[in-house]
Amino acid sequence: MTENEVKQVALSVLVSIAPEVADAELQADKPLRRQVDLDSMDWLNFLLGLNEKLHVEIPEADYARLVTLNDVVKYLVAKLP
Amino acid sequence: MIEFKLPSLGADMDEGTLLEWLVHPGDKVKKGQIVAVVDTSKTAVDVECWQEGTVADLLVEPQQKVPVGTVLALLLEAGESAADAEKYKRENLAPPIAAAPVVATPPAPAPTISAPMKKSALAGRRPITPIARRRAQELTVDLDTVTGSGPDGAVTLEDVEQAAARRAQGAAASNDKQANKPTDRQAEMRKAIAAAMSRSKREIPHYYLAEPIPMARALAWLAQENIQRPMAERLLPAVLLLKAVAKTLHEYPELNGFYRDGAFQQAMRVNPGVAVAMRQGGLLAPALLDADQKNLTTLMQELSDLVKRTRAGSLKSSELSEATITVTNLGDQGVESVFGVIYPPQVALVGFGRIIDKAWVEGGQVKVQPIVVASLAADHRVSDGHRGALFLTSLREHLQQPETLDTTQESEPS
Amino acid sequence: MIDNTNKKRISYRDALHDGLREALQQDPRVFLLGEDVGRYGGTYAVSKNLLDEFGPERIRDTPLSELAFVGMGIGAALGGMRPIVEVMTVNFSLLALDQIINTAAIYHHMSGGQFSVPLVIRMSTGAGRQVAAQHSNSFEGWFAHIPGIKILAPATIDDARHMLAAALADPDPVLLFEHAALYNMEGELPADGSVDIKSAKVRRAGTDVALITYGGSLPKALQAAEALAQENISAEVLDLRVLRPLDTGAIVASVRKCHRAVVIDEGWRSGSLSAEVMARIMEQAFFDLDAPVARVCAEEVPIPYARHLEEAALPQPEKIITAVKALLGESA
Repeated sequence: MTENEVKQVALSVLVSIAPEVADAELQADKPLRRQVDLDSMDWLNFLLGLNEKLHVEIPEADYARLVTLNDVVKYLVAKLP
Repeated sequence: MIEFKLPSLGADMDEGTLLEWLVHPGDKVKKGQIVAVVDTSKTAVDVECWQEGTVADLLVEPQQKVPVGTVLALLLEAGESAADAEKYKRENLAPPIAAAPVVATPPAPAPTISAPMKKSALAGRRPITPIARRRAQELTVDLDTVTGSGPDGAVTLEDVEQAAARRAQGAAASNDKQANKPTDRQAEMRKAIAAAMSRSKREIPHYYLAEPIPMARALAWLAQENIQRPMAERLLPAVLLLKAVAKTLHEYPELNGFYRDGAFQQAMRVNPGVAVAMRQGGLLAPALLDADQKNLTTLMQELSDLVKRTRAGSLKSSELSEATITVTNLGDQGVESVFGVIYPPQVALVGFGRIIDKAWVEGGQVKVQPIVVASLAADHRVSDGHRGALFLTSLREHLQQPETLDTTQESEPS
Repeated sequence: MIDNTNKKRISYRDALHDGLREALQQDPRVFLLGEDVGRYGGTYAVSKNLLDEFGPERIRDTPLSELAFVGMGIGAALGGMRPIVEVMTVNFSLLALDQIINTAAIYHHMSGGQFSVPLVIRMSTGAGRQVAAQHSNSFEGWFAHIPGIKILAPATIDDARHMLAAALADPDPVLLFEHAALYNMEGELPADGSVDIKSAKVRRAGTDVALITYGGSLPKALQAAEALAQENISAEVLDLRVLRPLDTGAIVASVRKCHRAVVIDEGWRSGSLSAEVMARIMEQAFFDLDAPVARVCAEEVPIPYARHLEEAALPQPEKIITAVKALLGESA
């Protein structure tokens, strides 16, 4: 799976949680939760959605590393089974 | 005979639009069964019926807007027949009396004829002619929605029949239950929130207290818990906070209940309403039922489910009507503390800010600690600051022993 | 004036005359008595020339004592005759109230059913002719209060012609009120030769409002209905005809049809026949009403002499139209 494919998956999960998000407006290198109004429940659901689609286990201790969309994509690509 | 009435699903709701019946005449209804979908101004709600019986008659049609308390359906109790329902309907179900004030200016009465009606005789009651009232019942037209064109602004037969015709046209034009444009929905929700919050600030003498609570122990315990849990079962701090509030309320029952008709009614269950922000704006605070009785895993699942359904517009009526206190957690928005507006007729609101690392003095030592500011907005008609302060103190203590929160517990007499 | 050959179009006065003459011709027990009914031919000329035709035995002028000659009529009726008493106007009938109410109306009851009083009393009623307060009363509503008598109010040519026969056929006292303003009214006389004295009749069918009236107000109601029709308001006009016993069924039927009603009555409204009609509507047709029931009655003053004041005091088509429009939520 390429980085771009992972990014598309991440975006699709994000849109399912925050339907108003248009990827065009999303800056991949800026903090995600500041751009998209995600509360802790939304964030958890975002990570859960990624877990379901990509089968990547994300320990809670790693949550702090996942700030921008790029962070998320890189993290996932590295851990893809 | 059981009257299934439109429940009030919150202080900001005084009418609802029936979207869909999920039962038909002849169906048996179990306690807690969802029987209808009703649109409040805020959201579509699955309305449960809390009595068992057999559906005899559905009295309100889809797309019809009726006031809270309107009998929507009649259910037969064991041993009753359809004929009993007919009789009951005839004898007990008078059409609702409209309470809207008279605004129409009557034509100046000609002095030479005996005026059919004196203006003063109408004081306080909206004129609806007898046949208009009768026909409105037959056509199930809500008289509150009908503008009168008769003498002194009376609602006449023609007004009712035209309203029914308009409704039929309207229903044909939009069968979609989500026909409301999003902007309408938002405007309606804004209006509903405005009404409830204005009432709160008008009627409830709020007092506010705040207490910083060290969260090191709680977060450490949570982290420990979550390591052992699969992702889907991981707990959010919000759940721990909710459970702590629910548990503490057992000790301070004067914060858990309703102020109605000039008196406090203590709630027998602890159903914290969880403020959920809607993505398109506005908020709902559906109840996490019996939060005090449930372990954290269950609460987490239920909270997750509740938030999802709130945003999807598929809440149950009991979740909207049975919150006994509201808990708002604005921590994710990055603010340190929140002082809420009580949702009437509730008498308290507990708010949590963001969990922030702060310098904290403990045992003569300064150290960095995660801190959350818990606040209480409470109704001074029911409780006093002293008790409110004790509540927050007790809440703090409970959060220092997170392991004791992950229990199912018997309801204590309070 | 007494032209009763094949002419179809005749006056209310002539119709009454013809009915009277026919009664005298057909039943030898029938005779007429009253003030000026013989040589003068009746104050309103209803009995003109009848003295010549039937002689002084059957057309009897009486002294000016209503109490006495109404009493004579009652005695004759008890004795097997069929007397027709003419009281010149309802205003003078007050002098005969004791005979009418305390004797004629009650005798059947007081005698335990042994005696009937088959008496007919004719009298003129109503205002509108500038004869001032003492001669302009409408007391038929008062008489309609009394059990034991029937009260008739012919307001059409047909009723004027045929009600008398039905009244004479009735075994009990019947009071027949001829409206003074109608005597010169002309109209077609239908060929059919009888009427009942039980029912109210719809004189004009309509759907928006029922104008319920009788007697002298009937033509005014019909006039109002015609004017309303020009404005697409369909008024039904119900002629009560029989004021006692009231045909409640007909009243209710019109109200059920139109959902609105205006009662027009030349009597004063307080404690009146119009009040009784309204009460019956409330009792039996309340849930069919789409507006409060309205009334057009005489103003509660003695009827004035001056023409413009008299007109202002009485029900008029314009007042009826105004009342109807008020019921429909329109200003006049």
